[in-house]
Amino acid sequence: MTKYIIRRLLYMIPVLLGVSLIIFVLFNVVSGDPTAVLLGRHATARQMAELKEQLGLNKSLFLQYIDIVKSAFTFDFGHSWATKQEISKMIRQGAYPSLCLSVPAFIISTVISLFISVFVAYYRGKGIDLFVRVVCIAGMSISALAYILFFQWFFAYKLGWFEISGFEDGFPNFIPYIALPAIIWIVLSIGPDVRFFRTVILDEIYQDYVRTARSKGLSEMTILLHHVLRNAMIPIITYVVIQIPSLILGALLLENFFSIPGLGGMTLNALNSSDFPVMKAMAIISSVGYIIFGLISDILYTVADPRIKFK
Amino acid sequence: MTTPLLSVKDLVVEFQTGDGIVRAVNNVSFDIPIGKTIGIVGESGSGKSVTSLAVMGLLQKPAAVVPQGEILFNGVDLLKCSESKMRELRGNQISMIFQEPMTSLNPVFKVGEQIAEALRIHKNLSKKEAWEKAVHLMNQVGIPNPAISAHKFPHEMSGGQKQRVMIAMAISCEPKLLIADEPTTALDVTIQKQVLELLFKLQQEYHMSMMFITHDLGVIGDIADDVVVMYRSNVVEKNNAQNIFKSAMHPYTKGLLACRPKLGANPRRLLTVSDFMTEEGKEKVIPVDRVQVFDKETVADKTDHVLLEVKNLVTQFPIKGGFFGGTVDQFKAVNDVSFKIKKGKTFGLVGESGCGKTTLGRSILRLVEPAAGSIIYDGKDITHFKHEELRQLRKKMQIIFQDPYSSLNPRMTISDILMEPLVIHNEGGTKAQRFDMARALIEKVGLNSNQMNRYPHEFSGGQRQRICIARALMLRPEFVVCDESVSALDVSIQAQVLNLLLDLQEEFGLTYIFISHDLSVVNFIADEVGVMYAGKIIEMDKASNIYKNAKQDYTRALLSAIPKGETKQSMASLV
Repeated sequence: MTKYIIRRLLYMIPVLLGVSLIIFVLFNVVSGDPTAVLLGRHATARQMAELKEQLGLNKSLFLQYIDIVKSAFTFDFGHSWATKQEISKMIRQGAYPSLCLSVPAFIISTVISLFISVFVAYYRGKGIDLFVRVVCIAGMSISALAYILFFQWFFAYKLGWFEISGFEDGFPNFIPYIALPAIIWIVLSIGPDVRFFRTVILDEIYQDYVRTARSKGLSEMTILLHHVLRNAMIPIITYVVIQIPSLILGALLLENFFSIPGLGGMTLNALNSSDFPVMKAMAIISSVGYIIFGLISDILYTVADPRIKFK
Repeated sequence: MTTPLLSVKDLVVEFQTGDGIVRAVNNVSFDIPIGKTIGIVGESGSGKSVTSLAVMGLLQKPAAVVPQGEILFNGVDLLKCSESKMRELRGNQISMIFQEPMTSLNPVFKVGEQIAEALRIHKNLSKKEAWEKAVHLMNQVGIPNPAISAHKFPHEMSGGQKQRVMIAMAISCEPKLLIADEPTTALDVTIQKQVLELLFKLQQEYHMSMMFITHDLGVIGDIADDVVVMYRSNVVEKNNAQNIFKSAMHPYTKGLLACRPKLGANPRRLLTVSDFMTEEGKEKVIPVDRVQVFDKETVADKTDHVLLEVKNLVTQFPIKGGFFGGTVDQFKAVNDVSFKIKKGKTFGLVGESGCGKTTLGRSILRLVEPAAGSIIYDGKDITHFKHEELRQLRKKMQIIFQDPYSSLNPRMTISDILMEPLVIHNEGGTKAQRFDMARALIEKVGLNSNQMNRYPHEFSGGQRQRICIARALMLRPEFVVCDESVSALDVSIQAQVLNLLLDLQEEFGLTYIFISHDLSVVNFIADEVGVMYAGKIIEMDKASNIYKNAKQDYTRALLSAIPKGETKQSMASLV
């Protein structure tokens, strides 16, 4: 097992090299001259040359690629073009509000969805199951923007239960700011989550071992919670764990509409101002996140299912 | 007369389906006295499993309804019991063993825990006490090192061991009634014999009543006191086991008794149920030539032409390990095997699961690559044939697989399935000509040609295997590998398919390799038999000799495991 983890971590090296190559090609070769965008239409050739020198864009392509590879392994991404701040510091600052919103919202929505799925699996085929399925589909069919605008207008503006936008550091000061976006997050995730979990659980319910469990005289609830859920864990783990890297990246829409100074907002600003170094940094961080959490979900498989063994 | 433990009276079970109501069990009545074993025999779909599920209260509601009947257990009507009352009985007073040991255990829990679970809910034992009892039970059902094995997960055990675990689980609360639904059908004959002996021993020890469900009358003879024969949802015959075997009354029962191949005296074709009764269930007179015993020796070899020769064949699979998952060793699935088959003959390969017989069949067809040795087909060494040569060869060599349920693409119609080999090899002319060929063949294998546009799920297991056979014959092959092609079928269907294979062999001059774990089947169909054990052929002889003069202990063990279709006395002598 330790061997397996070390091997998987070593496999990260070629993957990161590949990721940095793709990012390099996208930003340095395919996209145009960033100095033209940064300096605007009236820039002189000299200004552009100076900026290029400053940003290290007149180095050979190979050396520029080496820079990206270096940053992928050291997490030192240099300075932002737009704000001139150190990017690693920007990320540290932005991560706090993002995580304040995403972690509680993610945990609560997953737990509620699992609870609802076991409940509807118990009443499968009955009226309540149909009702929950219809509500899920209806909820998924409405645009996220509609929820954001309506909830913000109704609960924050009309009823005044929550702050309309903004953020304040420190617990419990941030709660009034993140509560409403977190609720919207939960409402948005429950539909797809319940549909997925319900399908996975029902796939298991018709297996032979469930019939064996019934023939032992176990109650339907014990069968669901003890026998079925444990077997349904593999697809559920994959589905849940692979969402975790995106929590760090923040919620683009929610952070923007609620003016939360998180990483989602930061990424959006970087896109708007052609702030290449910030975009590269976020791209590299998200790929590292996916690699690591992919490994974690693989390790969790061995906990959930004794048939899976890594050598 | 004392009251029976279980008494089923006029039971009717119906299923609501999209096409209306289907009656799966029709007016079924039988009694199970205390301490006795009742065998319920019938083919798939005859309603025997549904009856057992009704007794357990495990019918899938609301699709299943019981409009009529009583199931009295100790005088209490189980059909009127509440769900919580039924839960108290299930696993405690009435327990059940299922057909498929591979999937009937929960894969993520230790087997010890699974056995202990019923004890904890019904007998209120503590976790530790239940575990100790589970280990004791595992010892009782003959699992080696029970204290260690209890910590194993189902995938770490063999099929026979898993079925022993299921049995330990079922008897854990010392039930009064044990229902065994085809408990040995998925197992090799040698394992089947051990499991039957175990069940019989436990039944005596615990003084249980047992309801033993099977499609194979031969199996039930060893173990049952009384036999109930079911056919198309009805009970057609009820009698004690001796009378059933000596003087069966109903033509269906006679058919079931006759259709299992017997060692030695075999007719040219096996008798089937349709020889004894008409579609409407009327008795028929059996034509004399159907029962004539046939000696393969007397038929002169038409040819000396050797179609296939296998020389010192080795097929191995890498065992992965090491830091970067490299190959650390080779597992020799087929180890130095040599034999010859003459044109138009059948070579039977027999052995238990895992002995390498399937790998050998696939190596010959080059579906897996042999590591050493050579395969000579029709005078040409095909061991190293590549691409186009191999493609041409594949037309002549076909395979019929074991499981007719999973080897037909569920999204293709029968005509598409049959025409696909022609399309791949660009043969058979126009689409209309191909369709005509498919239709001719589907009639040849005994199906109705107006069912060509149907999908596989609309056919029964036996019909599907016929479709698989027709597919294998579409390219007019010379050589066919039948890999456990009848093992998943009921004995009555098995006989029909074996007869069909022989008819087709005669008509098209086919050469077969017939792979099976059941020596009686191989002995019936093959001219020559090879017994395989741990990758090697340990004994090879003419089919007519091998059952008389088996030289190896292993071959004798395979022979003695074949159900004799005798009554209970033979088993009692073992206890």
